[in-house]
Amino acid sequence: MKMRYSAWTVFKQGLGGQRGWKPAWRSPDPKPDYEVVVIGGGGHGLATAYYLARTYGIRRVAVLEKGWIGGGNSGRNTTAIRSNYYYRASARMYEHSLKLYERLSKELNYNVMFSQRGMISLAHSPHDVELAHRQAGAMRLNGVDADFLTPAEIARRVPILDMSPEARFPVFGGLLQKRAGTARHDAVVWGYARAADALGVDIIQNCEVTGFRRGADGAVTGVETSRGPIATTRIGVAVAGHSSRLAEMAGFRLPITSYALQAFVSEPLKPVLDTVILSPATGVYMSQSDKGGLVIGGGLDLYPSYAQRGNMPVIRNVLGAVAAQYPALGRVRLLRQWAGIVDVVPDSSPIIGASPVPGLFLDCGWGTGGFKAIPVGGTMLAHQLATLTPHELAEPFSLERFTTGALIDEAAGSGIAH
Amino acid sequence: MLQISCPWCGPRDEIEFRCGGQSHIIRPGPPEEIDDATWGRYLSEKTNPRGDHLERWLHAAGCRRWFNVARDTATHRIRAVYHMIEAAPAIDDEGSAR
Ligand SMILES: Cc1cc2nc3c(=O)[nH]c(=O)nc-3n(C[C@H](O)[C@H](O)[C@H](O)COP(=O)(O)OP(=O)(O)OC[C@H]3O[C@@H](n4cnc5c(N)ncnc54)[C@H](O)[C@@H]3O)c2cc1C
Ligand SMILES: [Zn+2]
Repeated sequence: MKMRYSAWTVFKQGLGGQRGWKPAWRSPDPKPDYEVVVIGGGGHGLATAYYLARTYGIRRVAVLEKGWIGGGNSGRNTTAIRSNYYYRASARMYEHSLKLYERLSKELNYNVMFSQRGMISLAHSPHDVELAHRQAGAMRLNGVDADFLTPAEIARRVPILDMSPEARFPVFGGLLQKRAGTARHDAVVWGYARAADALGVDIIQNCEVTGFRRGADGAVTGVETSRGPIATTRIGVAVAGHSSRLAEMAGFRLPITSYALQAFVSEPLKPVLDTVILSPATGVYMSQSDKGGLVIGGGLDLYPSYAQRGNMPVIRNVLGAVAAQYPALGRVRLLRQWAGIVDVVPDSSPIIGASPVPGLFLDCGWGTGGFKAIPVGGTMLAHQLATLTPHELAEPFSLERFTTGALIDEAAGSGIAH
Repeated sequence: MLQISCPWCGPRDEIEFRCGGQSHIIRPGPPEEIDDATWGRYLSEKTNPRGDHLERWLHAAGCRRWFNVARDTATHRIRAVYHMIEAAPAIDDEGSAR
C-alpha cells in the first residue's frame, strides 16, 4: 500500500525517529513484454508513463532508464518555469504546462515546491523596450499574464541590480510574468515516478536501450537493452540530448544538434532575490533557491558536444555578466558548476509525435527549456501512444514541419537565443 | 579550452572561432526531380554523432575564412584540420587522422 504524505505523516515519522518511511517506488526486473515502453527516465518519460496509466488506463508500461531517474537534464536544470512565448501554438502548450504545474503537488501528493515568484526579462535599450511591449501584447492576446515594469519598479523589486545610468547594461524596463517561477527539479521527477509506480508502471533503472527490433513491415516489435530484449509495439522516446543517438539506432535522422548547457550554484546567501531575472542581452539568468544558493544559467556552449562538462569561455561570459550587473555579488563564491546535453532544433521548438518508424514516437527537441514542459510533454506523448493520434496541442509540433516548412520560430518570435 | 589551428593563422584560442555545424553536406539534385521530403531532409537533418564529427569552422575573429575540422564530440579532441575543398581524412583505430 502506498503511503500517503501529509502533515500528519511527517509529524508521526518525526516522533518515530524518521525510521518508518517506505521507498517511494519499486525496482522491478523487466518483464518480457509491455503494452508501451518509454525510453528515458527523466521528467518527460515518467510523466508520460503516469498519464498513460492515469488518463488512458494503460498500466502495462515500462520506463527504461540507462542510469538513474532524474540523472539527465531533469535533475540538472535551473528550474525556471514560464509560458512567455510568442506564437499561439507555443503559448497554448506552455501555458497548459504552467497550469498543470499549479496543481501538480496536489495531484501527485508530492510537494514539488512550485514557487510562483515571477520572472522578469530586462530591457537594456529603448529598442528592447519596444520588443518587450510587443511580447507583452502577444502574450496577452494568447491569454497569458504579462506586465511591463518601469525602471523604478524594477529597482524596488530587485535591489541588487545595478540600475545606474552608467551601468554596463543599463535598464530601461522589463517584462514580468507573475505566474512564472521555479520548482524543485528532483521532486518533479520523484513525484511522477512515485505516482506512476503506484498505478503499476515498472520503472527500470540501469537499463540502457541499445537497439530496436523491427517487423517485416518496418514497425517496431521491441527494444534491445542491457538487461535483455523487451517486446512491445509502442515506444515513446524522451531522452533529451541523446535523441539523435536513438534515432540513429532506428535508422533515421533528426533536425537536432546536441550542445552542452551549463549551470552554476553559489554558496548559500541570505535572501537577496525573490524572482527569476533574465538579461536577454547576455543570456544570463538567475534565481535564488530556497536553501539560499543563487542558481545561475547562461547560453549554450560554442560547439556540438556530448561531454557533460562545459567549456571555459561560457563560464567567463556568464560570471562576468553577473559581476557586472550585480556588483554586490562580485565576491560570492560558487559551490558547483555542471553541464547537461540539450537537443537544439533550428526553430527552437520541440518535436512531438510520430517518427518515420511505425510504432516509434518522439518527445524531444526541448533544448534549453523542457523542464517547464514536463507536465504537458507527458500529456502529449501519452495521448499519442494511447490513441496513435497526435494530441491537439502537439499537432503544430510534428516532425513533418521540417518538410512542409511550417516552422514555429520562437528564436525569432520570443527572442530565446537557442 | 580548445586551441584550434587555423590553416592560415595557426593555433588560436577557441573564442576566435565559430562552429558552423556538419560539413560535407551534398545538395540533392537536379531540383525538378527532388521531392519535398528529400529537400526537407537536406535543409534540416543533421548527423549529430557522439564521437567523430566532420564540421565547418569559421575563424570569425581572425582571417574570417572557413575550413573543416574533424573533432570528437565526446572528448572534444581535434583529429584533423583541413581545407573546405579537401576530402575528409580517414580516422585510424587510434583515433588519429591519416
Ligand atoms: C543546465 C541546464 C539548465 C536548464 N534550465 C532549464 C530551465 O530553467 N527551465 C526549463 O524549462 N528547462 C531547462 N533546461 C532544459 C530541461 O532540463 C530539459 O529540457 C528537460 O529536463 C528534458 O527532460 P527529459 O525528460 O526529456 O530529459 P532528461 O531529464 O535528460 O531524461 C532523459 C533520460 O534518458 C536517459 N537515456 C538516454 N539514452 C538512453 C538509452 N539509450 N536508454 C535508456 N535511457 C536513456 C538519460 O539517462 C536521461 O536520464 C535546462 C537544461 C540544462 C542542461
Ligand atoms: Zn585564420
